[in-house]
Amino acid sequence: MTAVELLQFARGPALWASLAVLLAGSLWRIVGIVLLGAKPDLSEPRSTRLFAGAMRGIFARMVPRVEFRLRKKLSFWNGYVYHVGLAVIVFGYLPHIHFVKRLIGVSWPALPEPVFFVCVGLTFVSLFIALVERLTDPVRRLLSTFDDYFSWAVVLLPLATGMIAIHQSYAPGAAPAPPLDPLPLAIHLLSVELLFVWLPFGKLAHAFLVFASRGVTGAALTRKGAPL
Amino acid sequence: MTERARAVLDAVKAPDARKAAREFVAQAGRDAAFQLESCVHCGQCADACHFHLVTGDPRHTPIYKLRPMLKAYQREAAPFASVKKALGLAPPEVTAEELHEWSELLYDSCNLCGRCTLACPMGIDIASLVRRAREGMSAGGFAPTDMYTAAERAIDTGSPIGVRWPALKRQIELQEQETGLHVPVDAEGAEYMVVLSSIEIMGFPEAIGALARIFRQAGVSWTIPSAGFEATNVGVQMGSREVAAALLSRIVDAAERLKVKTVISPECGHAYSALRWEGPNLLGRRYGFEVVQITELLDRFVREGRLRLRGKDARRLTFHDPCQLVRRGGLTEAPRRLMGGVSANTVEMPGAGAANFCCGGGGGVSAIHRAEGLRFAAFEIKKQQIEATGAEAVVTACGNCRNVLEEAIEHYGMTMPVLGLTELVAQYLDNDGR
Repeated sequence: MTAVELLQFARGPALWASLAVLLAGSLWRIVGIVLLGAKPDLSEPRSTRLFAGAMRGIFARMVPRVEFRLRKKLSFWNGYVYHVGLAVIVFGYLPHIHFVKRLIGVSWPALPEPVFFVCVGLTFVSLFIALVERLTDPVRRLLSTFDDYFSWAVVLLPLATGMIAIHQSYAPGAAPAPPLDPLPLAIHLLSVELLFVWLPFGKLAHAFLVFASRGVTGAALTRKGAPL
Repeated sequence: MTERARAVLDAVKAPDARKAAREFVAQAGRDAAFQLESCVHCGQCADACHFHLVTGDPRHTPIYKLRPMLKAYQREAAPFASVKKALGLAPPEVTAEELHEWSELLYDSCNLCGRCTLACPMGIDIASLVRRAREGMSAGGFAPTDMYTAAERAIDTGSPIGVRWPALKRQIELQEQETGLHVPVDAEGAEYMVVLSSIEIMGFPEAIGALARIFRQAGVSWTIPSAGFEATNVGVQMGSREVAAALLSRIVDAAERLKVKTVISPECGHAYSALRWEGPNLLGRRYGFEVVQITELLDRFVREGRLRLRGKDARRLTFHDPCQLVRRGGLTEAPRRLMGGVSANTVEMPGAGAANFCCGGGGGVSAIHRAEGLRFAAFEIKKQQIEATGAEAVVTACGNCRNVLEEAIEHYGMTMPVLGLTELVAQYLDNDGR
């Protein structure tokens, strides 16, 4: 198989298969949990604004209460850095926007390349800080499983292969023709597809589970009139 | 109901890890499963837990305490469990050795205080999951022996420390002599029915006299039942819904027998959780009466003008929040408004209200003898907070907190009284002693 054929495979069957696994796996996980069922709460609620409570739970936990911000400041800020950094890289880089446009026909303005490169650098460093903390902090080391380290690698790989793939500036409007070397680009795409395939099965599923978890707790505490 | 509870208590005679695992799985319904599945192992809950903060032991990380329950759930009920099992990737079965080790983590080093819940960035209600995990532990026979003993005593006598009606009757008579007021017993059709904790009855009986003075001024009818007077619920603490339901049904029976409109939960944090929030779900039906916590009721009476206060305590006071009333029960403001009415100089501890630290004895920990050293160690944080306020006395609204605070204060050689909020309110009633 040549590099171009590999790229065609990555852009074609592999992409669609990985997206199918992402979608089916995520649905399986969510539906599997929902089917476990819940009993109605028979206690007299102090508040019945449960949907508002769930929404508050979802948004309030984006920023920790002041009482819990005092320790481990690096971890606290580092979490924001790689989450925001990854979002900027995925949604702000022109080739990624073109990729999405080819898939679903939607596009938006890209970030200037210098901003993107700063984000890549910061996110890369931030992910390594997260790994070092996981390996050195006794609490996180104890909690960590294969899932944590594999998920970390699966997130880092697209970043690393993407950096390798970009060996020249990407000119706006060049999307129709392959602007980059086919082999690194194919590897980059395959690493993204690995992330798609893994996401529903490991801890990366927190990307969607977080809304359910925060929402459930937000509604339950609101029902009691307890602080969120 | 009582027989089912006794059958559960027999589990301690032959601990069974598979039975525990089955109950772990049964407890992992939809909402619990969403939370079990969402953990990203960030460890932020560790910094919220006083047991971890004082010991530095990573095993005291709240979410880690759920590991056996998580394993059982992932093995048997999680969405990909069957596939993982077929591929040999499912977690191994939980073992008896593991559960004996986790008994210390799920009981001795957890007050169910919910501070971790408040800190979790994924919004996982870790405290409620620990409460669920305890169901598995107690069903399998892995809860602390002290809790089985207390539960057995509560089933037999009505009280975890063996307080029967004659003992309460005697305390009521003494309080009637002290206050010159009549304490109605088994008064059918009364508006309010008061239940009490054994700690209050034996340790702080003046609370009964305080209630008599309060209800007289409020001008409402009230009663204490001669059967079903015990509010504490060791079943909720050990994590046995059968025991909890058996104990709770005695209060509900009394309320229905006496046809009262409202049952008053006393100064006891977990009793409020048991009666107000868990009770209807344990019994599988809604109550025909309202449940209010005593501070909630006093606050209501004061705001309605039914209670008039005169004078204020001039000492520097601080209020200790009982976790089950405030963080887990939603009663943050009522005790503070009452404090404002009776204290001229209240100083709040850091994180007061929602983020307060537990006294160290909640969630049944004060009933576990082997946990005493850890409990006193955990109090170190509370001690520093109390000392930082410069308070001359601590006020609280939970008999168990009060008892634990008194013991710890003595242990650390501090000299400071611990007061009950209800008694403080009664002390500053206008027309008191009339």
